[in-house]
Amino acid sequence: MGSALINGLFVFMLAAFIGFEVIRRVSPLLHTPLMSLTNALDAIAVVGAIVLVGEHKSTLSFVFGFLAVVAATSNVVGGFLITDRMLKMFKSSRPTKP
Amino acid sequence: MNTDLAGNQQIIEIIYLIASVLFILSLKWMSSPATAQRGVRAGEIGMVLAIAGTLLHHGIVDYKWIAIALVLGSGIGIPLGMVHMTAVPQRTALSHAFGAFCVTLVGTAEFYLRTPNVPRFMMAVLSMEVILGSLTFTGSLMAAGKLQEILPQRPLTYKGQNFVNLSLLGASVAIAVYLVIHPEAHQLFPVMIAVPLLFGVLMIVPIGGADMPTVISLLNSYAGLSAAAMGFVVDSKLLIIAGALDGSSGLILSIIMSKAMNRSFTNVLFGAFGQVQPAAVAGQEEKTVRSATAEEAAGILAAANKVVIVPGYGMAVAQAQHKVRELYDALTKRGVDVRFAIHPVAGRMPGHMNVLLAEADIPYDRLIEMDDINGDFPQTDVALVIGANDVTNPAARTDTGSPIFGMPILDVDKARTVMVIKRGMSPGFAGIDNPLYYLDKTLMLFGDAKAFVNSIVHELSGNTH
Repeated sequence: MGSALINGLFVFMLAAFIGFEVIRRVSPLLHTPLMSLTNALDAIAVVGAIVLVGEHKSTLSFVFGFLAVVAATSNVVGGFLITDRMLKMFKSSRPTKP
Repeated sequence: MNTDLAGNQQIIEIIYLIASVLFILSLKWMSSPATAQRGVRAGEIGMVLAIAGTLLHHGIVDYKWIAIALVLGSGIGIPLGMVHMTAVPQRTALSHAFGAFCVTLVGTAEFYLRTPNVPRFMMAVLSMEVILGSLTFTGSLMAAGKLQEILPQRPLTYKGQNFVNLSLLGASVAIAVYLVIHPEAHQLFPVMIAVPLLFGVLMIVPIGGADMPTVISLLNSYAGLSAAAMGFVVDSKLLIIAGALDGSSGLILSIIMSKAMNRSFTNVLFGAFGQVQPAAVAGQEEKTVRSATAEEAAGILAAANKVVIVPGYGMAVAQAQHKVRELYDALTKRGVDVRFAIHPVAGRMPGHMNVLLAEADIPYDRLIEMDDINGDFPQTDVALVIGANDVTNPAARTDTGSPIFGMPILDVDKARTVMVIKRGMSPGFAGIDNPLYYLDKTLMLFGDAKAFVNSIVHELSGNTH
């Protein structure tokens, strides 16, 4: 059981480094969509909540899990939707520049 | 049966692995507007795969309620995804709150499922999960309330505020430590949620509107870290990865934002910037400003070769971005080179101005970052400031006594002519007087940003109406 946690720490450390390297390169132009996208991705917490609802181990875990699935799903759907809408608005002035 | 279960579990893990790859690619593709939409697709596919994979989990007996929750969540998510672009900062704050709410609920449920025998390390990450989750939940709700102007945007301060806040935070950590040592003291668990909930509220009370970009990024980072902690609790590497990515993204943005204000996190969180009173106000001599009409402004703009427009929060408030687009068109048609200078903390969240201007169909290659455009101001004929104040204040460069001294600014005062559209002479959110307005080359254009830009556009297109 201790090893699972250590493995987790390794995964966390590596992912944090990847995050720093990848996100440092994001253009400041896109900082708002970046935030809404990471928000949607973060809502992957929904998987933990789904298991709570599905396993139905206690009333409390079921009710809390249910509310958690609702909250996270709204982030998934809303986050991807608005990121997509924002990115569609970013257009380049293709015609030859002076 | 047993081998079948194991096989199922392996399939789920492989699906999660694929989803993790897609999430990382998704962020990688966000690096440029050309590939960003592909990034969203990758994220969406990863998410659908992960949710579908989770449904294969052998312990799941109840699909009906999962389906109901997913439908209900989508029903809330769709309107939240369709909000107007000016409402994006508060929507973002609200979604941080939802994310933190989810994480806190799951953490609480997991605690009570395991309660008599929670291993120490597990208790430590569980505490981190619920403490970060609950303070992010109320903090983000408060931030959203301030941004939506349900709550006053002005910072509220009182004597001993920092002491109260730090004590609350200290108390939550102390409870967490006690629970790690004595996991059987489960009656303390609700207290460990209640105290950070209160802290979240009080933490945002002294935060003013101008500090929102930093605060919203910090809350983003906390939301990510609490999700990563939840990954440890439910033993999900996918969640650890997503949380770490979100956490580092929020942290990078917070660093960029606080650098752009020349302030540290502690200063943002405990400094109550907006409370700074202009001390010299009483002994000030009467300074004169020059103002101009829309007709005069239009004449100067039409005669210019290079114009740089500096948008700020005032443009967002007046919803003037579409009129600014008309101005951009009218001037471009006359052969004027028009660009936009974007300060990192202009607006209420990172990248706020870019999104508003993109919404108004202004090509993104005309939106120039501060460091890239500052060198061009001396060759600029007209710098037109629309609803920005502190980010153009030359006192930040010269006046060591100014509260914003050292903050990087847009050097609009180096342009040949400066025009400032402003409602009146009231100081900005930081409450600091702006010497820019008293320069000989500065023309003040008094009025509502939207209406004034509109009248300039009319003058330019030859209409007198």
